[in-house]
Amino acid sequence: MNRSVIISSVLHAVFIFLTAMSLPFLTKKPIDLPPIVSIELIQITDKTNIPFAPKAKKIIEEVKKKEEKLVSEQAPPKKVKKIKPDSVPMPDDLVKNEKEIKEDKQNPEVVDNEVKQVSEFEKDELFDPNNIAALIDKSKEEIAETTKKNDKVTQDQKRNVENTGLSLSEEDALKAQIFGCWSIPLGLPYNENLLVRIKLQLKPDGTVAKSEIIDHARMNKPGQGFYKVLAESALRAVKLCQPLRVPTTGYEKWKELQLNFDAREMLEG
Amino acid sequence: MRILIKIIIFLILIPSKSFGLIEVDITRGNLDPLPIAVSPLSIDENSRQNFEKILKKGNIGNEISKIIEINLKTSGLFNPLNKDAFLQAPDIANLKPRFEDWNLIKAQALITGKVSYLDEKLRVEFRLWDVLAGKEMVALAFTTVPTNWRRVGHIITDKVYQRLTGEKGYFDTRIIYVAEEGPKTKRIKKLAIMDQDGANNKFLTLGNELVLTPRFNPTSQMVTYLSYFRNLPRVYLLDIETGTQEVVGDFPGMTFAPRFSPDGKKIIMSFAKDGNSEIYTMDLENRIVEKITNHPSIDTSPSFSPDGKFICFNSDRSGYQQIYVMRSDGSKVKRISFGKGLYGTPVWSPRGDLIAFTKLHKGKFYIGVMRTDGSGERLLTENFYQEAPSWSPNGRVLIFYRETKTDDKGEGFSAKLWSIDLTGYNERMVKTPTDASDPSWSSLLSN
Repeated sequence: MNRSVIISSVLHAVFIFLTAMSLPFLTKKPIDLPPIVSIELIQITDKTNIPFAPKAKKIIEEVKKKEEKLVSEQAPPKKVKKIKPDSVPMPDDLVKNEKEIKEDKQNPEVVDNEVKQVSEFEKDELFDPNNIAALIDKSKEEIAETTKKNDKVTQDQKRNVENTGLSLSEEDALKAQIFGCWSIPLGLPYNENLLVRIKLQLKPDGTVAKSEIIDHARMNKPGQGFYKVLAESALRAVKLCQPLRVPTTGYEKWKELQLNFDAREMLEG
Repeated sequence: MRILIKIIIFLILIPSKSFGLIEVDITRGNLDPLPIAVSPLSIDENSRQNFEKILKKGNIGNEISKIIEINLKTSGLFNPLNKDAFLQAPDIANLKPRFEDWNLIKAQALITGKVSYLDEKLRVEFRLWDVLAGKEMVALAFTTVPTNWRRVGHIITDKVYQRLTGEKGYFDTRIIYVAEEGPKTKRIKKLAIMDQDGANNKFLTLGNELVLTPRFNPTSQMVTYLSYFRNLPRVYLLDIETGTQEVVGDFPGMTFAPRFSPDGKKIIMSFAKDGNSEIYTMDLENRIVEKITNHPSIDTSPSFSPDGKFICFNSDRSGYQQIYVMRSDGSKVKRISFGKGLYGTPVWSPRGDLIAFTKLHKGKFYIGVMRTDGSGERLLTENFYQEAPSWSPNGRVLIFYRETKTDDKGEGFSAKLWSIDLTGYNERMVKTPTDASDPSWSSLLSN
């Protein structure tokens, strides 16, 4: 009899303990409150920039108007008639020479090095300890993906329609939006293979939860300055454009999206 | 067991196929200038007073930021935003910008900085910020003598330009040109030099003798030019930094269009004799002259490719003046221009990919570019009279001169320098105190 009572009470105690431990308010740690610091309140309303806000708003609107005017006043490029080549006979060895010259195409980077001169300025990189945190944060966001993928992705590439997930009109809407946001760095060479692929994780409203440059490692490689500039411009475009114009349905299909930024067509003119 | 494994593999593979990653190709963008905020460089009161005494400038931080702003604006690739719209004070912005404020005025990049007076020197630090990413892109500091403050502005612009466009800048450079004064029939021509923005203009010759075609050495601050002596043009070398000049040599007959080789060790030019003109090179160390072309036609205006392997020049060997390319030893001459009209003054781009030229067709002059094989000809600008294009050191901008017509009374003639972007946009007049012609762009003064 006593034995049964003991077993029952022990089991009851165990159940009560487990139930109590699983209750959320018991597991919560006590809030670590900072010590109270006395603060002297001073009225600085006159000195802060809060009353400045309406003025600033006016100025911003003025600037916007000016910008609009500038765009409209900008003269269109001069139309110059292109002259068709006449029928002057080419030298016999033209074809041969043409090939040879193409083979020996100049490398501007080599020349740049020759042109360099010693600066009379003392120049040193600034070290900012505050910036370390920013760098670490960035590395969390933009993790390099090591898997090798086909570099030659272009708009001509045939893609499985089932895989695209977006209808043509949906894809066009998204493209048109990003075209407007992407400021192409005009100094990039058009003959280099510069393709930046960005993998996005999207929220249902089209805002970007996470952006990741595929081939991120290439950004920090020496001699890849152009790629870095292009990749940064592409990231700016994504940030500027959000929320992206995504379809209202089918979130599961487009919650992960890859954008392939290719400036060659634009740079070649 | 095998069946179970097959089922598991099947279940893993099926979803990955049905939810493949959607790819969207972005092949177009906008070519609008990038909105950039150039915050005035902050300066402490003590430094401000010191610089005011030395440079007679109220606030040197403001002055340097103005130079950066004007440079960026004239490049045509950036749109510096109105400073009145800035919400954050320069000194705080330099420490930690409030990116939301800069985002509000639609700035995509921000330049902040600080000027200080240190051991009688000017110390300028600047930071370039990516406003949308909220991160620092470049941070550099320069120390120099206070009188060099304009160059600091140009160097900062070069760094910003390079970081945001991917190619080197061209702002810390100078332009040498022929300054012209007086009536058209009796022009006084002097050699003059100025910064690329038109500041610090100086005359290098007095104007007693006619000067023509000054050309910079791509590797140093040396200039070669033609000056008439007893009615014969002579080739001179002038060191801008020391002011010393020397005659390269007396050549029989007329000499035209001297230009340096890419390594600066040779001069390439054309000599005319008995109605025939050929191209020669001269080694500046041992003064050995070498004949490059040998043809009964007129060959002039030679220009080396940046690797020194090829030479472009113009010749009338086909009956009309056209552009030709040959190897640097004179072999394998190939005509590359086949359009209607006459082609002249070919100049190889420092990037090596294009050749700039002047074209005359139906009474109009054009400045244009073509690829080195002659394909892809693009005419950038058209006018009554314009010629002599010269490349910026990064191969992005061309400078040339343009003359205006004289009226019936023989007045109204002027010659001015103009610059145009490689795309054909952003045509601008470069201000000079007098009329100007024959410009030549220097390489970057610093890196």
